[in-house]
Amino acid sequence: MLRIVKERLHQKYRTLDYPRKDPTLSSRYLGRPVLESVHCGTCHACYAACPTGALLPAPGSEDRTPILDMGSCTFCGACRRVCPNKAFVFTGEHRMASFLREGLIVAPGTVPEAQELPEKCRMFRRSLKLRQVSAGGCNACEADCNVLGTLVYDLGRFGIDFVASPRHADALLVTGPVSDNMRRALLDTWQAMPEPRLVIAVGSCAVSGGLFGDSAQCHGGVASVLPVDMFIPGCPPNPWTILDGLLALQGVQSPQR
Amino acid sequence: MNTPLRFSYTNAVAFSDIPVVAGEELAAIVRGLLDDDWRLLALFGVPDNDEEDAAGLCCVLAHDVSGALTALRTNALRTYLALTPTCPQAHLFEREVFEQWGIVPEGHPWCKRVRRIPDAAEAAIHSKVKDKAVQETQRILRPFRFYRVGGEEVHEVAVGPVHAGVIEPGHFRFQCYGENVLHLEIALGYQHRGVEQMLVSGPAHRCLPLLECTAGDTSVGHATTHCVLLERLAGVTIPPRAQLVRRIGLELERLANHTGDLGAIGGDTGFLPTSSWNGRIRGDFLNLTAAVCGNRFGRGLVVPGGVAYDLSPNECHDMAARLRAAGRDVCGSVDVMLHAPSVLERCHGVGALDAACARNLGMVGVAARACGLELDARATAPLSALPCQPPRCEHTGDVLARVLVRNHELRDSLQMVEDDLANLAVLPENDLRAAGSTPAVGSLPPGKLAVAQVEGWRGEICHVAITDADGHFLVYKVVDPSFHNWPGLAVALRGNQISDFPLCNKSFNLSYCGHDL
Repeated sequence: MLRIVKERLHQKYRTLDYPRKDPTLSSRYLGRPVLESVHCGTCHACYAACPTGALLPAPGSEDRTPILDMGSCTFCGACRRVCPNKAFVFTGEHRMASFLREGLIVAPGTVPEAQELPEKCRMFRRSLKLRQVSAGGCNACEADCNVLGTLVYDLGRFGIDFVASPRHADALLVTGPVSDNMRRALLDTWQAMPEPRLVIAVGSCAVSGGLFGDSAQCHGGVASVLPVDMFIPGCPPNPWTILDGLLALQGVQSPQR
Repeated sequence: MNTPLRFSYTNAVAFSDIPVVAGEELAAIVRGLLDDDWRLLALFGVPDNDEEDAAGLCCVLAHDVSGALTALRTNALRTYLALTPTCPQAHLFEREVFEQWGIVPEGHPWCKRVRRIPDAAEAAIHSKVKDKAVQETQRILRPFRFYRVGGEEVHEVAVGPVHAGVIEPGHFRFQCYGENVLHLEIALGYQHRGVEQMLVSGPAHRCLPLLECTAGDTSVGHATTHCVLLERLAGVTIPPRAQLVRRIGLELERLANHTGDLGAIGGDTGFLPTSSWNGRIRGDFLNLTAAVCGNRFGRGLVVPGGVAYDLSPNECHDMAARLRAAGRDVCGSVDVMLHAPSVLERCHGVGALDAACARNLGMVGVAARACGLELDARATAPLSALPCQPPRCEHTGDVLARVLVRNHELRDSLQMVEDDLANLAVLPENDLRAAGSTPAVGSLPPGKLAVAQVEGWRGEICHVAITDADGHFLVYKVVDPSFHNWPGLAVALRGNQISDFPLCNKSFNLSYCGHDL
């Protein structure tokens, strides 16, 4: 008993006062990308290097910087490595969640717009219970959701919890590209939830299919089978990115700054 | 049979040099090799050049004491004599080959699908799989039955695929007499994403990210295995600096996961202090990985030919200080748990496996070492000449043994990373990547077979690749340690209570997606 108390004193208080204080992330962390407008000519190095096809030609001008879809991006930095014009900059900003799929598109010179809290989210401001389903997820997104329950993040203080039964859940938090073999179980879980209910897609696989976008065994993300209310990009998203997205659903802060 | 081909684990061999054996004699030859201390690494189908939808078998074995490998193959066939009755470690491999190629292992006692799920009737309609052979196999395999124990007082418990916690999906079917489990059958496949099919015809830009996602908690492990395989195929040697950074990545991954697993054991034994502390400390180790490459799971750290990130001497010192602090915290946290009689009593004797059973099932990694098998790819198939601890073994094979193995390895890894950081700080600046061609994209030497074994935190990760006449992947076989160890969990639960399952499951902590691919 004394041993436990002594160790408890050593382990200290570790919860961060988020969102009032910002977390310290690695200086090498790749967060929200910002694109410079450059003249590319015939260079297509970034298109070839991107493993998920997250880069799309800018509408109307194919020799300019492409637009980047954060929903497919794995934040591997391959585009930044190969670009001779340094058009790609990954900032240290971890806030990337969006209520709208279009909100994940990054074009040169654009700044993220503030998004209004959708009407159906308003009733979950003080209590939001989540049922998590991994539908082909690789256990990285799952691990970074799980970690929100630990001391540092302490999800419970916001009135947000992961629950065991879909009957108790307000939101379905889905990870993974929706494998063919999990499609049915995912829909069954959704059916078992009372209305009104939300769907949260966590990670590039869930948002767009990500690396598995063209796999014959996967369905290219959650939106292909269910209506999604919140998109949280990343591969996997940093836990703070996920927490920011969940708080945004409670209207605590704008999902994008 | 021709003379057996014996080669060093670091070498690639010409596929045509691998002796061809008949389907009827494969089982006897493999059994003979197993009796001589060889171990089955992989058994898989190799598409036939001449005939569409036809495949032969290829079997790779390792001799851990000498570091030698051997391989056998057959010509294209439709049936062969099953290995499983005499070599139980082949059982999932044979089911997998049957599912993928429709090759029937005659005499296999439980030949059902590995990755097509029970309620596949609906899934088959939606399935985008157009391959005739696969569809035909699915038809043959239906209906999907579970092993059943008869008797009036025997009942069945079905759990999953969606579980109560934030974990991956899988289905567990228990046959119980009262609280006692007579038999457990584990049905996986829900996470099947088609990774191996997507790798065929590589190397390509997406191969490495795909393997980093094969089992997300083992990103560095699978990425290292893939890169080592490419380097062995291309005959590239990586610089010493890259070897050190790779090992730091691998050991940090082990530290983070062992910390998390020990915390989870605390949670399941009702010992909450260690459960909550370790949850936090696991994050400290992940953040150390992020300090190297920006990603908490080490994605992007390892690249073919070397590593993508370096650490300056100052960064090494800074990381060593953070490592020591996290190391002190986790050791203190785990010590408190290992002094608690309630935890020790709960773990003692639960989910026990003996060494003979573990060897028969072909188990690897932490779970095998807990049974006394001295299997650790860091010692038997080292990636570099860096010094390394001998395998940490226990002999009781129960939950407690698996806890103790993790506890010892945790402390070894702390020491290893600290030493490696110190060595990296004084190592003269040199290249991070091998000079010359990087084999990430493009073609490799044609007609070769190479094997890479890397000790991930769960156990030995094995990748085998065969290149075609153009130097692209004809076959890319991924064997996650979970593939060997899931049957071990099922057997370990026999004779235990159903309430022991969560604890046993945590003590193995196997990957679903690493198995399902």
